[in-house]
Amino acid sequence: MLLIRCPWCGPRNEVEFSYGGAADVVYPPDPDALSDAEWGEYVFVRDNPRGPFAERWVHTAGCRRWFRAVRNTVTHEFREES
Amino acid sequence: MTHPDRLWRNPCLKWSYDVVIVGGGGHGLATAYYLAREHGITNVAVLEKGWLAGGNMARNTTIIRSNYLMDESAAIYEHAMKLWEGLSDELDYDILFSQRGVLNLAHTLGDVREGVRRVNANRLNGVDAEWLTPDQVKEFCPIVDISPDVRYPVLGATLQPRGGIAKHDHVAWAYARAADRLGVDLVQGCEVTGFVRSGGRVVGVDTNRGPIRAGAVALASAGHSSVLASLAGLRLPIQSHPLQAMVSELLEPVHPCVVMSNHVHVYVSQAHKGELVLGAGIDPFNSYAQRGSVHVVEHQLAAALELFPVFGHAHVLRTWAGIVDTSPDASPIVGPTPVPGLYVNCGWGTGGFKATPASGWVYAHTIAHGEPHALNRPFGLDRFTTGALVDEHGAAAVAH
Amino acid sequence: MRLPSGGRIDRTTPLTFTVDGVTHTGYRGDTLASAMLANNVLAGPSIHLGRPRGIVAAGVEEPNALVQVGPEPMLPATTVELTDGIEATTLSGRGRLATPNDGYFDKTYAHCDVLVVGGGRAGLAAAVEAGRSGARVFLADEQPELGGSLLSTPDTWEWLDTVVAELASFPETRVLTRATVFGYYDHNYLSIAQRRPGGGRLWHVRAGRVVLATGAHERPLVFAGNDRPGVMLAGAVRTYLNRYAVRPGRRAVVCTNNDSAYATALDLLESGAEVLVADVRDEESALAALVRSAGGEVRAGTTVTGTTGSPWVTSVSLGSETADCDLVAVSGGWNPVVHLHSQAGGTLRYDDATAAFVPDVARQAHVSVGSANGELDPVHPLWTIPAADGSWDTHFVDQQRDATVADVLRATGAGMRSAEHVKRYTTIGTAHDQGKTAGVNTLGVIAEALGAGTPGPTTYRPPYTPVPFALLAGRDRGALLDPARVTPIHAWHVARGAEFENVGQWRRPWYYPLPGETMTEAVLRECRAAREGVGVQDASTLGKIELVGPDAGEFLNRMYTNAFAKLPVGTARYGMMCTADGMVFDDGVVLRLAEDRYLATTTTGNAAAVLDHFEEWLQTEWPDLRVHCTSVTEQWATIAVVGPLSGRVVGALAADLPPKFMAFVDTTVHGVPARVARISFSGELAYEVNVAGWHGLAVWEAVMAAGEEFGITPYGTETMHVLRAEKGYPIVGQDTDGTVTPLDLGMDWIVSKRKSFVGKRSLRRPDTARPDRKQLVGLLPVDPDDLLPEGAQLVAPDTPLDPPVPMLGHVTSSYRSAALGRTFALALLRSGRDRLGQVVHAPLADRTIAAIVTEPVFYDPEGTRRDG
Ligand SMILES: Cc1cc2nc3c(=O)[nH]c(=O)nc-3n(C[C@H](O)[C@H](O)[C@H](O)COP(=O)(O)OP(=O)(O)OC[C@H]3O[C@@H](n4cnc5c(N)ncnc54)[C@H](O)[C@@H]3O)c2cc1C
Ligand SMILES: [Zn+2]
Repeated sequence: MLLIRCPWCGPRNEVEFSYGGAADVVYPPDPDALSDAEWGEYVFVRDNPRGPFAERWVHTAGCRRWFRAVRNTVTHEFREES
Repeated sequence: MTHPDRLWRNPCLKWSYDVVIVGGGGHGLATAYYLAREHGITNVAVLEKGWLAGGNMARNTTIIRSNYLMDESAAIYEHAMKLWEGLSDELDYDILFSQRGVLNLAHTLGDVREGVRRVNANRLNGVDAEWLTPDQVKEFCPIVDISPDVRYPVLGATLQPRGGIAKHDHVAWAYARAADRLGVDLVQGCEVTGFVRSGGRVVGVDTNRGPIRAGAVALASAGHSSVLASLAGLRLPIQSHPLQAMVSELLEPVHPCVVMSNHVHVYVSQAHKGELVLGAGIDPFNSYAQRGSVHVVEHQLAAALELFPVFGHAHVLRTWAGIVDTSPDASPIVGPTPVPGLYVNCGWGTGGFKATPASGWVYAHTIAHGEPHALNRPFGLDRFTTGALVDEHGAAAVAH
Repeated sequence: MRLPSGGRIDRTTPLTFTVDGVTHTGYRGDTLASAMLANNVLAGPSIHLGRPRGIVAAGVEEPNALVQVGPEPMLPATTVELTDGIEATTLSGRGRLATPNDGYFDKTYAHCDVLVVGGGRAGLAAAVEAGRSGARVFLADEQPELGGSLLSTPDTWEWLDTVVAELASFPETRVLTRATVFGYYDHNYLSIAQRRPGGGRLWHVRAGRVVLATGAHERPLVFAGNDRPGVMLAGAVRTYLNRYAVRPGRRAVVCTNNDSAYATALDLLESGAEVLVADVRDEESALAALVRSAGGEVRAGTTVTGTTGSPWVTSVSLGSETADCDLVAVSGGWNPVVHLHSQAGGTLRYDDATAAFVPDVARQAHVSVGSANGELDPVHPLWTIPAADGSWDTHFVDQQRDATVADVLRATGAGMRSAEHVKRYTTIGTAHDQGKTAGVNTLGVIAEALGAGTPGPTTYRPPYTPVPFALLAGRDRGALLDPARVTPIHAWHVARGAEFENVGQWRRPWYYPLPGETMTEAVLRECRAAREGVGVQDASTLGKIELVGPDAGEFLNRMYTNAFAKLPVGTARYGMMCTADGMVFDDGVVLRLAEDRYLATTTTGNAAAVLDHFEEWLQTEWPDLRVHCTSVTEQWATIAVVGPLSGRVVGALAADLPPKFMAFVDTTVHGVPARVARISFSGELAYEVNVAGWHGLAVWEAVMAAGEEFGITPYGTETMHVLRAEKGYPIVGQDTDGTVTPLDLGMDWIVSKRKSFVGKRSLRRPDTARPDRKQLVGLLPVDPDDLLPEGAQLVAPDTPLDPPVPMLGHVTSSYRSAALGRTFALALLRSGRDRLGQVVHAPLADRTIAAIVTEPVFYDPEGTRRDG
C-alpha cells in the first residue's frame, strides 16, 4: 500500500488513487500530420525505466485531480518535489 | 565422472557465440534448446543475471491452457499445448504436467456470451473446449459455490479438459539440462549491460563479465525487456508491473482442477504436493521491485473465499511477486526488431508460462531463419503501426 | 514431566484436552506443546519418511508439532494456547480443509509514531523510552503476554511487571498481544495478524518509525539422527522448564557450539536433572566451571555424532563413546529474526563471530535492536557433523520437509550453486515453518559442499508466519464483496417479481415473468407491449455526466466522433466515442441544457470509465479548456416510457411535452420537476422522464397508474436488447469488443470528416482501413424458428470443418422477435457488407445453422414509428 502525496490533499493510501502511467507524453498537436509509425508510437509506446520515473496519478476517490510524481520503480520511493 | 543427477555444467564464458540469448527464464532456455535441437545451432549462450529461471519462471502459478479467443493466439498456444503433451518424454524429465482441466467461470451475461464465443472459436481452431452449466461446474469442481445468492453467482464456465498445470522448476531444469547436453552454455550471474554495435548492427553484448560477440542477440528477458531494448535504442510498447501470487500450506487434496474467474479475480489450483496456489490481480503501477501491495492480496483472498468457502481455514504461507511485461493488446511480441542482429521475445505478461515451449520453438525458428515462423508472424512489432492488434482483452466492458 | 512448582502456569485451573483422541490434562498458561510435552506426547510422524518426531522448539519456528485443531489445519502446537476441551490431531506436514470458516474477522487501519515489534527485553525498553516521550506507540507481540524470552528467565519477572505497568500508564501507548507483525511493506506500512476469540483482526499500521525487536531463533545441530524425539533446541528446553514447569527429560546431553546453552544446562541441573555438556569448541567455556559446581559434566571438543532410541532418544554417540540420555538439548547458535528487516528492503550481512545474517542497511525508517540486531553469543560454526559410517541421510536440515544433508549434496552435485536452486530442488525452507530453523544451516551445508563462502540467504517474503485466508479476506465477503447498486425504483421491481441481471455493480431488472411464464414468453410479451401499446423501463442506471463551462461544446467535439458544439439548446444527439486506438469506447445521447451546459449519458457499465476518460483528457491534455465534469447518475431517476401509446401516458402526467424527436423540455411530471426527452432506443415513439432520484419511485408508480388503461408493461434489459437489435443499434461491449471501429459498425455517418477527435488518426492505419474488416451485419436464420446462439462462429458454406477452420466472424446478439415473428441476429462478419444476401453457416457442437446475411436494421428501416 503505497503512500502517495496528492498535491491538493496530502499523503493518502494508494487505494484512493488510479494510475496513469508515464507523464509528459504530449498529445500530438496535429495527429493527421504524423506517419503511421509516429502515431503508433504515440498511442502504444511509453517509457518503462528501471529507476526514477515521471508518472501520473489521479486522486480518484478524493479530489479527482491528476498530478505528476517522480517515483523510483525499484525502491518505490517518491522523490520529494521541493 | 558426471553426477547421475547432473543438470548442467557451470561453463566458462567464451568470447563469441553464434547466438546469445539474454535471460535464462523458461523462454530463454526453451529457445536455446530448440535452436540446438531443431536448427543445429549449438554455439549458443544463455546469459542470466541471477540464477537460472529465477525470474517469472520461478514465480508463476503454472496454469497451462490454449483456449484463447483470437485465431492467432489459439494457434500459438495450441502449438505449445501439443509440445507440452510430449515434453516429459522429449526432455526425459518429469515436468509433472497434469491435464486436470481448466475452468473459466462466467458470472455475468456478458461473461457467458464471451465464454460461448470462445468455446465455439476454440473448437473450430482445434482446441478442446466445452461449455458447462453451473451444475456441471459443481460436478467438475465440487468445492465451487454455485449458489445463486452470492454476489456474483456462477452462470456457467468454459472447460478446457487438456488444460492444467506443470511444475515450473522442473520445466526450466528439463530445458536447461537438454540444452546443456546439446552444448549450450548456460551462464549464471552474467548481466547484460549494453550492446556491441557495428554500423547499425548489434554484434554482441557487454556484460558484467566483459563483452561477448554474437552473430545474433535474442532478448528473452520478460519484465526487463524495455530496459535492455532501450540500451539498443529501441523503445518497446511494454510496461512492467508487479504480479503477485501466494501459496498455502500443504493440504490433503480438495481442489481437483484449475479454476479461473476474471470477474471476481481468482485463479487457483492445488499443486502436486498439496499447496493451494493462487494468483492475484496485477498491481497497477510500473515496478521492477518484485513487490506488490498487500491490499491486492487481500482482495484476491476475499474473492477466493467467495467462490471456495472451504478455503477459509487455509493459511497463506508465502506471497511474492514477479515483474510482468504487459503489452497494449495483451499479446506477446516475438520477432526481429528494426535493429539488425537483435531479436525480441516479450510481452507475455501474466500468461507466458503456458507458452514456454511454443515461444522457444518459434523464437528459435525466427533466429535461425532471420524471419518469423507463420505462428509468430502476427506477433511482430509492426502491428502497433498497422493497427493489426491481436487483442485478447476480450469484451472490454459489459455495458448497456 | 511437569515439575511440582514454578512456571507461569495457573495450577488452579487444570484443563482437559485430547490429542489424537487420547485425553490429557494441562493448565491455563500452557501451550498445547507444553502440555503435550508434560504428557510425553509425540508429534505426528514425518511427511515422507514416516519417522517419529517430537517437539523441537517452543515458538513459531517449531518444525514438527503441527496439529489440526477442529477445522483449522496446520497449527504449530507451540503457538496454540491451551483451552479446555481442545481436540487436536497430530499431522504429518499436511492439513485438511473441510468446512467454511465462520469466524469473525475484521480489519483496522491505524497510524502511530513508533511501532515496536516484539515485546522482549529490547522491545520493552524501546517502547518505554518512546512512550515516555509522549509519542503514539504501538507495541505488538505474538505471545499472549509481553516478555518474549524474559518469560523463560524467572529472575527478570519482577522487572517485567514494572515495565508492563509503566507501559500501561502511557495514554498514547497501545499494546497488542497475540498480534504477529507478518508483513513489512513499502512506505512503512505493516500488517499485523491478531488472534481474537472466535476470529481475528487484521491491523494495517502506517508507522512513523519501526523498532524491530523480534529476537532470535536457535539453530539445531546437524548430526546423524538429529530428528529423534527428545532432541530439542536448548533454548526451548529452558522455556519449557521455566515458563511452563515442564522438564522434557531427566538425563540430558547438552550439545552446543556457543555459551548460550550453558544456561539451559544450569537450569536443568537446578531442576534435578543429570546433565552432560558436549561443547564442540576445543577451548573450554568460562561457564564450564559453573556447570561442574552445580553437579554437571562438561566435555570440550566433543560433539554428538549420532543418536539411538525408539521412538524417544535413549542414548547418543559422542565420537567413540556413548552416553545414555532421554533429552538432547542442542544449540548451533542463533539466527536474528531479520524477516521484517529484509521484507522492508533492508540488507543483511554475514557476521563471522555469530555465524549469522544480521541487519546491515535499513531501507525504510526502521532499526533493529537486541538479538534481532545480532547481539548474540559468539559461536564456533559447525554446519555438519559427520557420522561414523560416513552417511548423510539422517542428518536432517529441514525436518518438516524430511530433507537431509544428502539431499543438499544431490542438488549441488547436479550443478546447483545458488541457495534458491537448492531450496527448490530439496524443498528445504518451503514448509509451514518457512525454514526458520533450516535456512542458515542449509547455507552452511551448501558452503561446505562447494568449498565456498556462505551464499546469501534466500529472500524473506511476507507473511512472517502463516496467516488465515479468512483474516486477509476480512468482511469483504458475501454482499460486501462488491457494493451492489440499485435504483430508487428497485423495491418495486423486486415486488413485481423481476429477475435481475448484474451490470457492472448494478442490479438491473432483466425481465418480469408473470406466474408460470418462461423467460422467452415474458420477453416476447414485453416486446409486443412496447411495439404495440406501451412499455416502461427503469433506465436510471445509465451513466449521466454534466459538463459545464464555456468550452464544453469544444471539449465534446474532441471527445466524440461527431460534433456537439453547434447542437441547439433543448435538443439531444446520439454520440459515439473512441479510444486513441480508434476502437469504439462508449456511446450515448448528449443533451444540450444551456449554452454552457451539456448532459452526456453513458452505458451503465462504463459510466465511471467515461468520467475518468473525460477528466483525464481535460486535466492532462487540455487544461486550457474551461469545463467541469460532474457525475449525476444517482441524482436522477430515469423512466423510459416506450411505444405508440407512450404519449398518452406521459401526456397525462407531464405539464409539457418535447416538441419533436431528439428534443427535451424541463417541466413537471406528476407535479414534480422533471426533464422529459423524446429519445428512443427502440425505434418507437418514446419519452424519457427524468426526475430527482427521491421522486423516482413515486413518479414510476404514477406512470404505471396512468398507463394502466393502456396495459402498460414494465420491461427489463432483455426486452430493451431485443428492441434495439431489431433496429440494428449496437450495444457497446456486446456487439463490440474493443476491436471494432465506428466504421466497422457501418456508422460512417457518425464519424466527422471535418473535425479532429480522439482516435481519429487511428482509423486510417493500414489494417484499420482495410475493406475486409469484420463488419456489423444482420443475420436471418434460414429456418425462422432457429435461434443462433450468441457467440456462434460463422464460416462460409461448404467450408470443411477440419481444424483450424477459417472463421469469418461471430454472432454478437441473437433473439426471437415478436415484431418479426421469427428469430434474427447481429454479427460481426469479415467483409460483411459485401456478403449481403449470401448464406453463412454457424457450425455448432451438434449441428450447423444456415443464415442469410442482411442489413442490420430489421424493423421499420424508414424510422416512421419514432413519431408515433
Ligand atoms: C505471479 C505470476 C503468476 C503467473 N502465472 C502464470 C500462469 O499461471 N500461467 C502462465 O502461463 N503464465 C503465468 N505467469 C507469466 C509467466 O511467468 C511469464 O510470462 C513467463 O515466465 C515469462 O517468460 P520467462 O520464463 O522467460 O521469464 P523470466 O523467468 O522472468 O526470465 C527472464 C530472465 O531474464 C533475466 N534478465 C533480465 N535482465 C537481464 C540482463 N540484463 N542480463 C541477463 N539476464 C537478464 C532475468 O533475471 C530472468 O531470469 C505468471 C507470472 C507471475 C509473475
Ligand atoms: Zn487529492
